[in-house]
Amino acid sequence: MSVVEASPTQPDVLEPGSRRSLGSFLRDNEIDTRMVGMIGVLLAIWVVFHLLSGGTFITPRNLWNLSVQTSAIAIMATGMVLVIVSRNIDLSVGSMVGTVGMVMAVLQAERLPALMGIGNPWIWIVSLVVGVILGALIGAFQGSIVAYVGVPSFVVTLGGLLVWRGFAWLTASGRTIAPMDATFQLLGGGSKGSLGEVGSWIVGGVACAGIVALMVNGRRKRRKFGFRLRPMWLDVALGVFGCVVVLGAVWVMNSYYLPENLARIYAEEQGIPWPDGGLQIPLGIPYPVLILVAVTLAMGFIANRLRFGRYIFSIGGNPEAAVLAGIKTKRTIVKTFMTMGILVAISAAVSIARLNAAVSGLGTLQELYVIAAAVIGGAALSGGIGTIPGAILGALVMQSLQSGMVLIGVGAPLQDVALGVVLVLAVAIDTIYRRRAATR
Amino acid sequence: MTMPDTSGVPLVEMRDMSVSFGGVHAVKDVTIDLYPGEILGLVGGNGAGKSTLIKTLSGAQKADSGEIFIDGEPVTITSPRDAKTYGVETIYQTLALAENIDAPGNMFLGREMTTRWGTLDDSSMETAARTVMGRLNPQFQNFKVPVASLSGGQRQSVAIAKAVQFNARILIMDEPTAALGPAETEQVRQLMRQLKAEGLGIILISHDIHDVFDLADRISVMLQGKLVGTVNKSDVTMDEVLAMIIIGKLPEEVTTKELEQLHG
Repeated sequence: MSVVEASPTQPDVLEPGSRRSLGSFLRDNEIDTRMVGMIGVLLAIWVVFHLLSGGTFITPRNLWNLSVQTSAIAIMATGMVLVIVSRNIDLSVGSMVGTVGMVMAVLQAERLPALMGIGNPWIWIVSLVVGVILGALIGAFQGSIVAYVGVPSFVVTLGGLLVWRGFAWLTASGRTIAPMDATFQLLGGGSKGSLGEVGSWIVGGVACAGIVALMVNGRRKRRKFGFRLRPMWLDVALGVFGCVVVLGAVWVMNSYYLPENLARIYAEEQGIPWPDGGLQIPLGIPYPVLILVAVTLAMGFIANRLRFGRYIFSIGGNPEAAVLAGIKTKRTIVKTFMTMGILVAISAAVSIARLNAAVSGLGTLQELYVIAAAVIGGAALSGGIGTIPGAILGALVMQSLQSGMVLIGVGAPLQDVALGVVLVLAVAIDTIYRRRAATR
Repeated sequence: MTMPDTSGVPLVEMRDMSVSFGGVHAVKDVTIDLYPGEILGLVGGNGAGKSTLIKTLSGAQKADSGEIFIDGEPVTITSPRDAKTYGVETIYQTLALAENIDAPGNMFLGREMTTRWGTLDDSSMETAARTVMGRLNPQFQNFKVPVASLSGGQRQSVAIAKAVQFNARILIMDEPTAALGPAETEQVRQLMRQLKAEGLGIILISHDIHDVFDLADRISVMLQGKLVGTVNKSDVTMDEVLAMIIIGKLPEEVTTKELEQLHG
């Protein structure tokens, strides 16, 4: 019930009173207060590390690297959210990254060149497609055991964690496979794997136009159906905020220049004389981030606009109700794990492209980072609750903490301690927040 | 209350239905029927087989044997989806709502409206939900919050709206008022009378003999998986129905002494 009880003994003038009214204002206008809080936390982390590191955190160079490091985990976290929402878990994603990454690497570094000729432009595409299909098959296989045999997903994917790690080793007998196909390497970002200045501004502009179009279309639709509209100024403010974030991000990415030694090589290649002030070549949006953006849009679309997504949420909310509503719940579960497998393959591609190599330990422990990102982002392990943007923010929070600690010189063991504490703390705060929200 | 016309073809006839679980007969050779504009009370103690019988009609349970006729035509119902195509809608005792999804989402669960692109058409669903709810419970306004945050009566409203909006002709209500307060119970009763007046056939499963006596036209009594009998409410007293429920004897078989012992 949305009725707020007014207590006669407590006049509504205190600080908590005004805070509650801000919260209810946001809720009334369908703004996720949780997301607002998480963005605040993220900014706070950035500012704190910026101060502690003597001003090296909020710099184009660090933010650019942070975005690339976050991508591999965030891509998988968007799928993990749906798995968790459906009351399941996937502990095998880290090992799957190993197996799928290894297969893609062996294909493009050894098998396909022998088959199709060295330097064939199709090599990277075939390798990627095979990887995605393999990921989907592994996911569907594990999902089928969960859905049709009824083995708990914790057990199935715990088995998978061992099995796929083993296969990652067996695929190349533990060898390190390198180098990757030259075009494939671009998927990992790096000095060449970025969009460049002009392309980045174009993407930013298109994104801005998209945000405005969504806002306008939303208002038009709500007016057509006679639903309550947000105040005009709020919609405008949200649109401006979205555009500022997008264009600000593009500006940051464009403010990171090719390092001098690489720029010299570039200048030599292009036959440009080396200018006195140095050559400043903006890198722009790295490809892994573009891939993450595309994945986010696709997963958001699945979660919010398709029946498949609605069914995942209904299964998480009440499996019995989903069955009684005539939903094919088993098939939905298989498809959910399959989606997870596809995302694992995409993430594995980004990882091996970035490393320019595949090792049998690729992806080790990533399942925990992915699950942690989803959970910090608000996914409830009891099912039914979770959002895609939340998971990405969760991944960003985790990665920010980690790279921030590296910047200020915290050792690896202490980093793990801190990350573990933050994970539990985040969920504890969320649990208390939810309990309060439920009793309000 | 006007008596429905029970001379024509019944809306539903379930003939010789049997269900057993590992050798235990949960339902054995039960035959019941339901006419348009009628409320049939289905009563019996715990484990009498009421819910199991009704699940064979709603598609949640497969029958071992027996036939179901709708409008006199034999039909095969093997899933909730089948039942819904015949206009059979069920309101379960648990309400079967997805707690994390809002009212329109629940009302259209499994039967979502989509745009021509195949995406969910939330605006149209919300509009339709508001229309149906405006008829059933005009006070209801919380269309945007997960049903977990609604009161018991509001949740019941969502469950009923979910059932009736698809032009249901046969409504199965399993203990619809068990979790409700007096005011909300009265609201649901009023709703049932309204739906009955609109020509729906309703099967009401209830423990509450008062509920059944207030609403039902006929009463079918089950005991240990078997049908004791079906009686017109106007022909029997509450004690006689209690005798059917407890000792399994029809009004004409039961003795005065046995009736007195019921209150002993």
